Amino acid sequence: MIKISQNAFAGTLESSDCLVTITPNESNEVNFEINSVVFKQYGNSILKAAQNTVKKFDISGADIKIQDMGAFDCVIEARVETAIKRALKGAK
Amino acid sequence: MNKIVKNIKEALNLCGIKDGMTISFHHHLRNGDNVINMTVNALQELGIKNLNLCASSLFQVHSPIISAFDDETITTVESGYIGGDVGVAISNGKLKNKAVFRSHGHRPSDIKSGKIHIDVAVIAAPTSDDMGNCSGKFGKSACGSLGYAMADAQYADKVIVVTDNLVSYPLCDFSIPETQVDYVVCVDSIGDPEGIVSSTTKITRDPAGLRIAKFAVDCIKNSGLLKNGFSFQTGAGGASLAAAMYLKEIMLKENIKGSFCMGGITGYIVDMLEAGCFETLFDVQCFDLRAVESLKNNPRHKEVSAEHYASPTSKSCIADKLDVVILGATEIDTDFNVNVHTNSQGIIMGGSGGHSDVAAGSKLSIIVAPLIRARLPVIVDRVNCISTPGKTVDILVTQRGIAVNPAKKDLAERLKASGLPVFDIEALKNIAEDFSGKPEPVERGNKIIAEVLYRDGTVIDEIMNYCG
Repeated sequence: MIKISQNAFAGTLESSDCLVTITPNESNEVNFEINSVVFKQYGNSILKAAQNTVKKFDISGADIKIQDMGAFDCVIEARVETAIKRALKGAK
Repeated sequence: MNKIVKNIKEALNLCGIKDGMTISFHHHLRNGDNVINMTVNALQELGIKNLNLCASSLFQVHSPIISAFDDETITTVESGYIGGDVGVAISNGKLKNKAVFRSHGHRPSDIKSGKIHIDVAVIAAPTSDDMGNCSGKFGKSACGSLGYAMADAQYADKVIVVTDNLVSYPLCDFSIPETQVDYVVCVDSIGDPEGIVSSTTKITRDPAGLRIAKFAVDCIKNSGLLKNGFSFQTGAGGASLAAAMYLKEIMLKENIKGSFCMGGITGYIVDMLEAGCFETLFDVQCFDLRAVESLKNNPRHKEVSAEHYASPTSKSCIADKLDVVILGATEIDTDFNVNVHTNSQGIIMGGSGGHSDVAAGSKLSIIVAPLIRARLPVIVDRVNCISTPGKTVDILVTQRGIAVNPAKKDLAERLKASGLPVFDIEALKNIAEDFSGKPEPVERGNKIIAEVLYRDGTVIDEIMNYCG
């Protein structure tokens, strides 16, 4: 299990994109915060896409914030993955 | 005789303003209008309550009137379009009574018949003389046509003209005559020119928008209607303007002489007039400065009233002579019903304007919309609000393909034969959902906050409050 130790982000706030921000926290959990312009229609789908992406990495101790402007799930997954990789850069 | 009154408050008093009356406004000053806010502020100071605000449209600039919902100065709103925070406030239940939506053509029809009785009409006039002969063509706040104000001026019990450019009698080229005007008020500024007319209206550069425009014009070309005498209406949105640009190319290349263009007029439509694509422009509202200049200078560019534009009960109207209209949609359902009143959450963000009028009047009505906006598919099982009934909608054009109303089998065959990508509307919906996933339904409130009247007078839909 790798503990997240630095901030990282990926993405933009353009329409149909999302901005993913990762910050370390004191716990062993990975917490999600989702703000979306289509939260009512796609909030569950966004959370699932983010959780599935996180599962591919053996990480803990991170708050993942997703500011979604109506991105497809594949975009959510790609942005979360990139943000995690950036947060892990240089980590042992 | 002196009609000049020193301020709006005094004019309202002279008109005998009382609790429960109906006060009307027009929307040619669009998102630059000061007159509604000034007048509502005066009404609040006078302590008048329970007014019916009958405004042809309301925009973001009018958000200060929400305070008059709170203190019950205004308890009813009747309009053709409610945008910005005013729409959100009504969706949140801030207005005491239901808001009532009518189309731009239906409004003058109901004013004329007395179904809407206007006690006091306030006309924002960019230029007026001291007797109230007034026009939108001149002055620092010029807006062009005053078409939506004409029924108000003609049928209201009392009429106040508010201007910021008072000229000596007579204003020769007037749009509204002194015979209808009781009082004239001169103020420093009736509006912000930046918000009244944009100096430039721009064609979209978005490739999806251009593809939609190209498909729309291909539909027109292959409909059989594009020939000498052709008549047309389009909006001021980026894709609509691009469609006008493609249409102009074809009309010039094939030497097609159209009869008229109706609008909502922009500089691009003025270009088409000047290039010889059309004989006449009918103008109920100018969207930019080029349109204002053209209306002022070109006798073939004619100002018309909302009644002449689209009233369903006039002896005849321009909308019924239209061949093709290009219109927008926030949502369209698989029965081709179109929503332009609410967003996908069900919050009020617009209104019909003339949408349902020209969809009904024209021979061919084309809806242009991107298949997906910020993940939301434009095609849904049932629209949040029916603004325009599907039976009056012929074609949906998206960047991924075209759907034709099943009632128009011949048209579908023609378009297919020309090589256009024609799909069943369900198939287009499935393409969108393959990208986006199926949206979960949005819960609606249980209180009716607005009703939408169709142009035949029936309630075509009701809008529920938003539960956050």
